[in-house]
Amino acid sequence: MNDLSPSREERIANLKGLGCSRKRVEDVRFTQGKGNYVDDIKLPGMLQGDFVRSPYAHARVISVNKEAALALPGVIAVLTAEDLAPLNLHWMPTLAGDKQMVLADGKVLFQGQEVAFVVAEDRYIAADAVELVEVEYEELPVLTDPFAALESDVVLREDLEGQSAGAHGPRRHHNHIFLWEEGDKAATEQVLDSADVVAEEMIYYHRTHPCPLETCGAVASMDKVNGKLTLWGTFQAPHVVRTVASLLSGIEEHNIRVVSPDIGGGFGNKVGVYPGYVCSIVASIVTGRPVKWVEDRMENLMATAFARDYWMKGRIAATKEGKITGLWCHVTADHGAFDACADPTKFPAGFFHICTGSYDIPVAYVGVDGVYTNKAPGGVAYRCSFRVTEAAYFIERMVEVLAIELGMDAAELRRINFIRADQFPYHSALGWEYDSGDYHTAWDKALAAVDYAGLRREQAGRVEAFKRGETRKLLGIGLTHFTEIVGAGPVKNCDILGMGMFDSCEIRIHPTGSAIARLGTISQGQGHATTFAQILASEIGLPADSITIEEGDTDTAPYGLGTYGSRSTPVAGAAAAMVGRKIRAKAQMIAAWLLEVHEGDLDWDVDRFVVKGAPERFKTMKDIAYAAYNQAIPGLEPGLEAVSYYDPPNMTYPFGAYICVMEIDVDTGEHEIRQFYALDDCGTRINPMVIEGQVHGGLTEALAIAMGQEIAYDDIGNCKTATLMDFFIPTAWETPNYTTDFTETPSPHHPIGAKGVGESPNVGGVPAFSNAVHDAFRAFGLRHAHMPHDHWRIWKIANQLGLHG
Amino acid sequence: MTKMHIKLTVNGKAEELLAEPRELLIHVLRERLNLTGAHIGCETSHCGACTVEMNGKSVKSCTVFAAQANGAEITTIEGLGSPDALHVLQRSFREHHGLQCGFCTPGMITRAHRLLQENPAPTEDEVRFGMAGNLCRCTGYQNIVKSILAAASEINAAQEAAE
Amino acid sequence: MIPAAFEYHRPVDVTSAASLLRRLGDEARVLAGGHSLIPMMKLRMAAIEHLIDLQDIDALKGISIDGDTVTIGAMVTQAELIAHEGLAKVAPILREAALQIADPQVRYMGTLGGNVANGDPGNDMPGLMQALGAAFLLTGPDGAREVAARDFYEAAYMTAREEDEILTAVRFTAPPGGYAYEKQKRKIGDYATAAAAVLIGKEGGRVAHASVAMTNLSDTPVWSPAAAKALTGTDCGPEAIRAATEAALADIDPTEDNRGPVAFKRHVAGIIITRAIQRAWSRA
Ligand SMILES: Cc1cc2nc3c(=O)[nH]c(=O)nc-3n(C[C@H](O)[C@H](O)[C@H](O)COP(=O)(O)OP(=O)(O)OC[C@H]3O[C@@H](n4cnc5c(N)ncnc54)[C@H](O)[C@@H]3O)c2cc1C
Ligand code: FES
Ligand code: FES
Repeated sequence: MNDLSPSREERIANLKGLGCSRKRVEDVRFTQGKGNYVDDIKLPGMLQGDFVRSPYAHARVISVNKEAALALPGVIAVLTAEDLAPLNLHWMPTLAGDKQMVLADGKVLFQGQEVAFVVAEDRYIAADAVELVEVEYEELPVLTDPFAALESDVVLREDLEGQSAGAHGPRRHHNHIFLWEEGDKAATEQVLDSADVVAEEMIYYHRTHPCPLETCGAVASMDKVNGKLTLWGTFQAPHVVRTVASLLSGIEEHNIRVVSPDIGGGFGNKVGVYPGYVCSIVASIVTGRPVKWVEDRMENLMATAFARDYWMKGRIAATKEGKITGLWCHVTADHGAFDACADPTKFPAGFFHICTGSYDIPVAYVGVDGVYTNKAPGGVAYRCSFRVTEAAYFIERMVEVLAIELGMDAAELRRINFIRADQFPYHSALGWEYDSGDYHTAWDKALAAVDYAGLRREQAGRVEAFKRGETRKLLGIGLTHFTEIVGAGPVKNCDILGMGMFDSCEIRIHPTGSAIARLGTISQGQGHATTFAQILASEIGLPADSITIEEGDTDTAPYGLGTYGSRSTPVAGAAAAMVGRKIRAKAQMIAAWLLEVHEGDLDWDVDRFVVKGAPERFKTMKDIAYAAYNQAIPGLEPGLEAVSYYDPPNMTYPFGAYICVMEIDVDTGEHEIRQFYALDDCGTRINPMVIEGQVHGGLTEALAIAMGQEIAYDDIGNCKTATLMDFFIPTAWETPNYTTDFTETPSPHHPIGAKGVGESPNVGGVPAFSNAVHDAFRAFGLRHAHMPHDHWRIWKIANQLGLHG
Repeated sequence: MTKMHIKLTVNGKAEELLAEPRELLIHVLRERLNLTGAHIGCETSHCGACTVEMNGKSVKSCTVFAAQANGAEITTIEGLGSPDALHVLQRSFREHHGLQCGFCTPGMITRAHRLLQENPAPTEDEVRFGMAGNLCRCTGYQNIVKSILAAASEINAAQEAAE
Repeated sequence: MIPAAFEYHRPVDVTSAASLLRRLGDEARVLAGGHSLIPMMKLRMAAIEHLIDLQDIDALKGISIDGDTVTIGAMVTQAELIAHEGLAKVAPILREAALQIADPQVRYMGTLGGNVANGDPGNDMPGLMQALGAAFLLTGPDGAREVAARDFYEAAYMTAREEDEILTAVRFTAPPGGYAYEKQKRKIGDYATAAAAVLIGKEGGRVAHASVAMTNLSDTPVWSPAAAKALTGTDCGPEAIRAATEAALADIDPTEDNRGPVAFKRHVAGIIITRAIQRAWSRA
């Protein structure tokens, strides 16, 4: 046009599209305290619900007396299982094909279980009324150990008595849920029998909890006049909640509106459906008034979805030279009182069979036994894809144990076993098709960045100094190379409650060249409003700043399966890219008409279509948007809108190399993280600033899990860690600075090559921290010690190795 | 139980209300005065999401009774900066990606505000120690610390320029 | 987590506070910073019908240093202890210990009086006060009395304070010599796995006097005269420190909790005591 027109670089910069560290649009609200979280919702006439919970882990409920509570002024109702039974709502289906009591039906199966729901004018009255509900219990024997549960005569789930099969096949004992197997057992065992070297270990990944800073809650409002139910809540998957609510209540889906407002962190905790949601809905239907329920932190830690609790028995075979020849694993999975894992239906152990990790292992077998115990239900993907954290921890510990068995350096052992770049797409022995990767390059970059050889020399010197009595501190070098699997779908394999795990994006371009896009996912801090706009900006050539992103309202957002398992970028991000391409296709036709050329004579260039060979002749997307609404174009409908439902052809496989350098005080069990280097390869990088933030956050959650965070029970099933005094969440003081780095191996099947990153740092971080602890004691004979590595357990390692003199 | 007459000055504005003495300050602010910026993360005085400033101190408002606060001057996140003129700390948190889900953020910024009043040029260690009453589950703190240090430099530079 | 209802009182002088306590009997409690009491009330572990808030009583505030006599009002907060330059000169161990209590927000509210009157073995100030040989000043409806910190603690949450007495101040003589407050905890905001307060005076290269006390290692704070004796007159060499540590360990009786089993706690206690002695000596 004229000389003043911006340069191509300027036009690219102006979009703030892919690869740009765009500042987050959400933050203007959040920094002013203007977020809108569920507890901020206040409706006229709103009542408050609160639970009476079981103090016992296993007991028969003899009676519930609500009289005194009902007599308290301001108490509107007290609901028990008896009240819910006529509506058939005293039990509800879980995401894992089991069912769960909404309110105690005859017995309680874990401490903190919901027994009665009090509804009152405000939260103070509700809390007073909870104290006044008299429940008579008769204690029953408690099973907290899954191995003992499988031997015990005590029947936990009397409701299942006589059922020899569950949702995932045969049950061999009344406390058994399923056995799930993958791989070639016979071939694997044959390899193990004839191998040069076999390392065997029991690896426990302890029970923990996602514990987002905001607890779970909901506000239900049944409008009896128009028959519409509105439900606001902490939902990582609002559409799934709507479908479940409809199935449960019999209210048709179009009469239910589910809204996820801002969510104060989810990390898997907010995927499931909890009794509090159901009770709020029922209470609103019964009272005709809006009802709010927000749990407190103790309730959150005691009763909502836990994570992990996998006892992983492993055997790994190798040649004398260290080439891995086979991997065998059996897991005893403690699922608690109800099987409420949030896994895709066909995968009762999630994607645990990614446990061959980054290594080219010719043959493998996995078997997982799910077991009922008197603990809270759950088993969610705490900042990881379904059971991938467990798998990564397992293989990264097994490799270390094998290195000890072989007397080899653990970095070298990994290197000689990595899947090579030329082997991708790689078919793993347990059935996955890894999309892309270049592990050797990442590994070498990581080792060089920390001066690995220098660290080993320093460590050797330290061991000598320790032996001479000159220091009481040991140095641990924790290595990890992990491969994640994220982005469920594809629909042919992955569904939740029968709903295929696709995701969606809908976009409407306004005449003046701004746009609104809606997605089936929901941000819990990942910055979707920022990054999805960036994907769209690059695809359609409108500035990210003029694209509004909306999520979380089932009345407006297209159907989608929600945000967990790092699936937003791989699935909804792809839907965004695809919808952008649909827009561009139509825009091209419009541009051709406006410029009076054939479509094929146009090239797309950043934000415009340009006539081939005539760069001065072009139409920008902004021009085209205007024309789409204001000009009658022959053969084309007016408007510029599109929707895309994306069913991914495969999952994506982000990977990374993490190295943790840790100082350990042998006498007190305290540790100090001296250095943490994290290299992530998440394919195409949409917003480096957001990626870095995700890595920092995920590593800090990994630090917590590895170094102290657990949900622990005593022998009679009391939860010992239900406050933030005992449930370890590090403060800024205990948290180190991290160095982040990257390589970029795009996913070949994803429209923009992105793989997802939110959960990698937790998957890779836990083994890195844990391996550092183990490595510090390797020279003194340590093979394996269970997490979490809090002060006393590290002290115990030293003590058992005789290091306390 | 009998209600008490309670007077507060919140963000410079005089407020009067009737409340049970046991009512927690966080509930008074959020539910009666509709200042929902400060959040409830634990109710057991561990997380700092409910942090506000009371008579020049950072306090966890989940562990202060309305009755105790009677007569107090209170500043909440809503009293720092305005939509048109964000406070330096608010800008800095955005600039340096010091927040993700935003749930801890009002408490973080309110606490950081007091910290910088008392120590205008803190070291990184002093920031980490001074912010240790506030938990964040999303950010890993690194960018929060960065945001606060950057805000401190900016405030100090502006002051030097003014002198 | 909502506390049960109560009546609220805010007296302006000690006498009226004490007579309220007498009149209302065991249904009443005083409220200082509330950072031990309110969490208990929220869990409904304490049934309290009347709360007597001490915040308006000026006589309970302020730090006075008269020669080497230090008097600290019960309502002085941990943040005020830390900020007080005069106190940091004459008794720096208070700042060192207070900085290891809880987190900034809690320290703005939590008071010295509440910390020592509470009777929770996890509180850090009681052990320190025993090391200092402090006296607790109590006022009841019938007048005032003093109880030595070393005689004050009977069992967890059981103290020598009568139910209608108010702790008005803490008084001690500024300790000459070296000092250290060492504490191991799981994270900021946690109570001690083990903690020790040590004061050492040095004359002619020898320990002239010493005082050793420990936190959260029994159901009360533990002051160990035997440990002090093992140090006094020695050169505070490894041998003496070992003997003192052993003597101190003989006086404790830790229990298992989430921080770890007894054997671990005893071992860590030994390390913490040793380090505290070493550091105090290095400053003597
Ligand atoms: C997250 C957290 C972490 C903590 N960590 C630590 C720690 O590491 N170390 C530590 O020492 N403390 C810790 N505390 C406790 C904190 O220091 C408390 O503030 C302190 O123990 C009590 O002081 P207070 O002024 O808050 O007393 P309150 O809670 O008001 O009172 C405590 C008890 O003492 C009584 N009382 C108070 N004042 C008087 C008085 N003048 N006369 C008679 N009786 C009185 C009250 O009736 C009550 O029974 C922590 C608290 C929290 C919330
Ligand atoms: S809600 Fe107040 S400190 Fe957590
Ligand atoms: S940003 Fe989510 S808790 Fe801090």
